[in-house]
Amino acid sequence: MSEAKQYKYIGQRTIRPDGFDKVTGRANYGADLSLPGMIWGKILRSPHAHALITKLDTSKAEAHPDVLAIARFEDFPTVNAAAFAEGRQDKGLVDLASNILADKKVLYHGHALVAVAARTEAAAAQALQLIEVEYEVLPPVMSIDQAISADAAILHEDMFTQGLAETPSAASNIASRMELKKGDVDAGFAQADVIVEREFSTPTVHQGYIEPHATTVRFDENGTSTIWCPTQGHFDVRASTARLLGMELGQIKVTASEIGGGFGGKTTVYLEPVALILSRKAGRPVKMVMTREEVFRASGPASASQSRIKIGAKKDGTLVAMQASLYYEAGAFKGSPMGPGCMTVFTPYDVENMWVEGFDVVVNKAKVAAYRAPGAPQAEFAAEMVMNELAERLAMDPIDFRLQNAAKEGTQTLYGPKLKAVGLVECLQAAKTSKQYQTALAEGEGRGVAAGFWFNIGGQSSVIINMNPDGTGTILEGSPDIGGSRASMQMMAAEELGIPLDRLNPIVTDTEHVAYNQTTGGSRTTFATGMAVVEACQDIVAQLKSRAAAMWNVTSEQVDWQDGSAINLAGEDKMTLAEVCAIAEKTGGQISGRGNINARGAGPSFAVHLCDVQVDRDTGKTDVVRYTAIQDAGKAIHPGYVEGQYQGGAAQGIGWALNEEYVYDQNGIMENAGFLDYRIPLASDLPSIDTIIVEVPNSFHPYGVRGVGETGIVPPLAAVGSAVSNAIGLPITALPCSPPRVLKLLQDAGQ
Amino acid sequence: MKTHVTTRINDETVEFLCEPQQTLLHVLRNELGLTGTKEGCGSGDCGACSVTVNDRLVCSCLVLAVEADGAKIGTIEGVASSDKLHVIQEKYLEHAALQCGICTPGLIVSTKALLEENPNPTEAEARYFLAGNLCRCTGYDKIIKAVMDSAKSLNQGA
Repeated sequence: MSEAKQYKYIGQRTIRPDGFDKVTGRANYGADLSLPGMIWGKILRSPHAHALITKLDTSKAEAHPDVLAIARFEDFPTVNAAAFAEGRQDKGLVDLASNILADKKVLYHGHALVAVAARTEAAAAQALQLIEVEYEVLPPVMSIDQAISADAAILHEDMFTQGLAETPSAASNIASRMELKKGDVDAGFAQADVIVEREFSTPTVHQGYIEPHATTVRFDENGTSTIWCPTQGHFDVRASTARLLGMELGQIKVTASEIGGGFGGKTTVYLEPVALILSRKAGRPVKMVMTREEVFRASGPASASQSRIKIGAKKDGTLVAMQASLYYEAGAFKGSPMGPGCMTVFTPYDVENMWVEGFDVVVNKAKVAAYRAPGAPQAEFAAEMVMNELAERLAMDPIDFRLQNAAKEGTQTLYGPKLKAVGLVECLQAAKTSKQYQTALAEGEGRGVAAGFWFNIGGQSSVIINMNPDGTGTILEGSPDIGGSRASMQMMAAEELGIPLDRLNPIVTDTEHVAYNQTTGGSRTTFATGMAVVEACQDIVAQLKSRAAAMWNVTSEQVDWQDGSAINLAGEDKMTLAEVCAIAEKTGGQISGRGNINARGAGPSFAVHLCDVQVDRDTGKTDVVRYTAIQDAGKAIHPGYVEGQYQGGAAQGIGWALNEEYVYDQNGIMENAGFLDYRIPLASDLPSIDTIIVEVPNSFHPYGVRGVGETGIVPPLAAVGSAVSNAIGLPITALPCSPPRVLKLLQDAGQ
Repeated sequence: MKTHVTTRINDETVEFLCEPQQTLLHVLRNELGLTGTKEGCGSGDCGACSVTVNDRLVCSCLVLAVEADGAKIGTIEGVASSDKLHVIQEKYLEHAALQCGICTPGLIVSTKALLEENPNPTEAEARYFLAGNLCRCTGYDKIIKAVMDSAKSLNQGA
């Protein structure tokens, strides 16, 4: 890829094409759709964190004059014990169904039991009161320590820890254990002059998207269904719903509405299959919208974690061994991001000896969902805190210490591949020379530095571009636009075709108009769907050349494509894209381009964050006074939205580090299920977050793109944690550093 | 029994019937089809439902619909003129001050209220005035830049 390449649109700060609808209120989000004849669905949820359902009688609710349908676990036709016993069903599907509507047991406070559809929202709410449920309450298991203790109540009697040398005979709350190693850590630690070993914990947090989950579903008499919902992946909503309800993919059309934030939390289904059951039974379209309280209690959260990290270094700063034990809460059903946690924890460092083990632990909390670089923030928080303590023990600058050991091209990762060209060293150098790092701390301030890594993924994307006879065109893509990706697609297509931006209209279509697209997640969209857009453009250009060749009576090989025009290399002729489109009728019909790909070569992304804080010693309150997020984008297609991803990730990470946590009472009931008490950062809580975009191109992408969405949430936990530790002169081992916790640390230390 | 309400929304007279417990947000969205005003929490904590009632910035989820009787309501749908975006809307786009966009209508209504009350806010004043509007995507930096630039632009135009 040529460094000198000058682009017309790539790298510019263009106006996003969907922006007009979003600043005027016209854009339709999940709860904005209403249909004729529509009725409302509501869900009865468990008042206990852990209980057996001994009686569930819906007869009185069914008799309510406005109630038109009721849905229960038994309405999932493909999910039943017989099918599971015969090996026809996978446990993942059973878990998914049991999370959406509980089977015989409720596993967290807020766990859905029964859904009711009624003529009005108020009637549906009334009908829920008429449902009679009796429970045998069981002791709630609310932490990793409780879950793995010998006398723990067991959530799933059929869960036996996987990944051990021998599968145990007793059921356990540990769903699985994994281990990764390279070299010999014992030999490595034997060479160390300094070893730091510490234990850390992070709380349950929520993605905190402002738009609650919502859906409107219409089941038609011919057996087909239409689902509208805000989701990061409508093709996967279709797949999950079809599997749960025994339908074919072709029988379900899913339209992704605009999505009001997701951060990984809108990559699964909660309401959609339930609304479909209700609509089928009632013969009416059904709308369901979660309350904010339901969002907190029954969707999302990200895993709480416990970890033990041990890192050894020589006196000269060379790392010799890194070791980690990582425990992740999965919530009520197995499937925490333990795997990516283990794989990312030490990836910023090129060290010979590493050993990591991970545990996936079930507890009586809502089943966790992905949250921006799932698993990495918890693990890398712990690792980076120890790295900073080591730097201090070695009396080294924390950036120099990292530079000395930084992963680079050729580094053998713990999880498998050798790294290709990556930008960690460049990010560290940019951090070192940044304005913030050059600014001296004021009295009482503390500073923290942390690095972060995330893989990024590629995967399947399918794009069609239809050209009009006047040379305008429509880009049909199937990747929900969660933060401005339509702008990137428009820019890449305009660059490829050599036509003005506003001649191309990018549209996120429903599941009928393009082939399968993987969910918007893993920071894949601008990379993979962008590649599909480029491929579709190349397809168009090839056709334009052949059409021009036909007009000129030359071969396609004799036609070149330059700056939006076909050039006859055998003569003087030139035709613009619009001119070729205008003669499409005469040269074989209209022109469409297609790019259906399974993108390989996603570029891993590193970031380095700097955080300066001021801690009020009387109240324990921490204010972030300066913050800089530095990250390798490969190539920033739209720098404004790339910076936005860095800033957004930093803000979420700051919230995670300073304030956010689920607070439970002794019965396992979340006490702060609202934005007043689960406080995400406000405008007045944050300083301006500075950004530095580092660009080390990813050679697998035509413009050098790496994903940028997720890495930015990885470093803040340790950057903030270390800054607080630096400010108060005490170790930080548990998040959040909320005022009461910091005050207690200060008091315990006699300060 | 439903109550008959006559109000003015974005300078147009509007009549509707509502239950006494219905919120203004509910009526705007579900009865009048003005879905630009969003519901993020229903408890006045997120500001996605920000509107003005008699020029005062409020969370419409905390206002009863019957209170709209005889009042003047401003929603996001009334911010742009028929053929042109408001300066604030343009600045939000120019500064990439939105990602998912769900908080944007509320933030634009609040920004307009801020600049009407205080045409020259400091950055700190802007941050505190907009503290009632949660945004989870942006970290607020670009929003504040759009607000400050809007103020500058509006003042130059005056």
